[in-house]
Amino acid sequence: MKKTYQHWTLGLILGMSLLLTGCERPPKVTEQIGYRGTGMEKVINPRIESATKVANVAPEALPPAEKGGKKASAVYKNVKVLGDLTENEFNRVMLAMTTWVSPDQGCTFCHNAANFADDSLYQKVVARKMIEMTTTINSKWQAHVGNTGVTCYTCHRGNNVPNKLWFTAPEVKTAGRMLGNDFGQNKAGQDSVKNASLPYDPFTPFLLKDTNIRVAGDTALPTGNKTSLKQAEYVHGLMIHMSDSLGANCTTCHNTRAMAQWDESTPQRTTAWVGIRMVRDLNNNFVVPLTGIQPAHRLGPTGDIGKVNCATCHNGVQKPLYGAPMLQAYPELKGSLPVEKVAAMAAPASPPKDHMRR
Amino acid sequence: MADYQNLFTQVQVNGPIEMGIPLDRPRDTAERVGKPWHWHLAGRLGNAQIGPVYLGFTGIASIIFFVIGFTAIGWNYLVQVNYSPIEFVRQLFWLSVDPPNASYGLRIPPMNQGGWWLFSGFFITVSILLWWVRTYRRAVALKMGTHVAWAFAGAIWLYLVLGFFRPILMGSWAEAVPWGIFSHLDWTTAFSLRYGNLFYNPFHMLSIVFLYGSTLLFAMHGATILAVSRYGGEREIEQIVDRGSASERAALFWRWTMGFNATMESIHRWAWWFAVLTCITGGIGILLTGTVVDNWYLWSVKHGVAPGYPAIWGPVVDPMTAGAQ
Repeated sequence: MKKTYQHWTLGLILGMSLLLTGCERPPKVTEQIGYRGTGMEKVINPRIESATKVANVAPEALPPAEKGGKKASAVYKNVKVLGDLTENEFNRVMLAMTTWVSPDQGCTFCHNAANFADDSLYQKVVARKMIEMTTTINSKWQAHVGNTGVTCYTCHRGNNVPNKLWFTAPEVKTAGRMLGNDFGQNKAGQDSVKNASLPYDPFTPFLLKDTNIRVAGDTALPTGNKTSLKQAEYVHGLMIHMSDSLGANCTTCHNTRAMAQWDESTPQRTTAWVGIRMVRDLNNNFVVPLTGIQPAHRLGPTGDIGKVNCATCHNGVQKPLYGAPMLQAYPELKGSLPVEKVAAMAAPASPPKDHMRR
Repeated sequence: MADYQNLFTQVQVNGPIEMGIPLDRPRDTAERVGKPWHWHLAGRLGNAQIGPVYLGFTGIASIIFFVIGFTAIGWNYLVQVNYSPIEFVRQLFWLSVDPPNASYGLRIPPMNQGGWWLFSGFFITVSILLWWVRTYRRAVALKMGTHVAWAFAGAIWLYLVLGFFRPILMGSWAEAVPWGIFSHLDWTTAFSLRYGNLFYNPFHMLSIVFLYGSTLLFAMHGATILAVSRYGGEREIEQIVDRGSASERAALFWRWTMGFNATMESIHRWAWWFAVLTCITGGIGILLTGTVVDNWYLWSVKHGVAPGYPAIWGPVVDPMTAGAQ
């Protein structure tokens, strides 16, 4: 009789510990970021954080360009971007780009070695568009990137193509059959939504198209909001992606007692709101137009180009490269577009400590 | 370890098979099927005798309807994983049969555009209702009260609100809960996100009170009876009137610790109502969501339920209303 009990107990313990294998190994550190008692907290795992820190270090900046000299557009042929820079500044950016994007292939990744002005390599056309994109981000989208700004390295990290891109999910195969339609969700192992059973392409509706993301009712009583629960699941999917891409909790932007309410949210939510619009701009006006010149192996299952989402720049960190102000070292990439106006950006002042007392 | 401190029944009396009392209608007696047998492991948890089972018309019909609905769901799962048994097991918790998209409203969609959800929902619902009839009629046949059937009806009420009554009031099957393990949890989250935090729904609050209250009552009652099992506390009837009995000690324990005690009868009435009210209030809360209230948080602010907290950051304003593009 005793034997049987031991077997049962052993089985029970094994079974229960199996349930724990899905959990993240401790330790966890909780930092209070809002008013006491509201659960506004940031949860960090120092063990994981230390690995992330090592993986997100900005490279040392090249020495600044020597002052003076002719304009690059006067020295080189076929200069369509950055032509206003001096020759020295221009060459400095070119050199930096090589280390950021094609450290193994060097200049000839984009340039015809016999004639640098030649546009025959598609990589050069892409690079030109990407420079335009970078200066656009640094000027027009300052409301998102601030003075920290971005360089090619923010996304590329020494790779020809950034590691974190997304492709539009192909039509659901089973939708045309007699049965088995999964409605674009309910699939295991989908990294876009971190293995949740939520819709696995939350990007196309919000980061390419301008689908309504405001699903929650904005009045106490019904006043005509017809948003369905299925739409809410798409929004949830995108939020999972944001949270994962930034290594942040829901509470970084939202007070979870009232997810939709702006007056309950943190200033970071405004930054994220601008970010969604920025990514949509980048995808539609810079990335997607390059689809035609991409070789087949760069394209996704529906023949689309790899597109930008939050992870592309952020790489699991709330401020990419832990806020290293790379743009300060590369003023050549600042750009001069008028800043996209976002009214009522709250100053991210440090919270008054007496309100937060535990 | 003392004998009474156990998870499992310690002593099993292996007597002759019990066929059950004869009922008024000979048919009710005749429709018991299966050769009864003793199963030791079952006896550790409950009664060791398995069977005979009363099947009858409603039992058979209920099983047939359930199997059809269950198979329809399982077959859809199988197609979703291309009939791969390994993937079926791996992805089982992710797989789902979803209701049609909102564009179909309350119309009947093509089978693979949500029709299977309606199909399986219909068969499983009929199966559940037939099972309810069965619990009701068995209770009447045994000349019992119909408490079990009505408690079950409480659960059915919540089930029908979620998948039938509320979608009809909202004019769309897309509002209903999908058939899947994770997908029904996603539905729950989406529901709270869409309708402004269900925790501010007072009927949800009530439902939680009764749900957690049920577990508390269950723990109190279960613990009390087990604690007096050394005096034969589980033999309730003769204990009610006898002095110094297990039952009296159990009652005295609570009277002495909290000044008030349940009786052998009332404790079960409490448990019944707590359990049943969990579903009834929960169902009301769901039914009001989207139909009568669109955002429970804002509703709570309006009625002084949700407290305000001091602003920590400067005013954070909706960029859309603040005039951004």
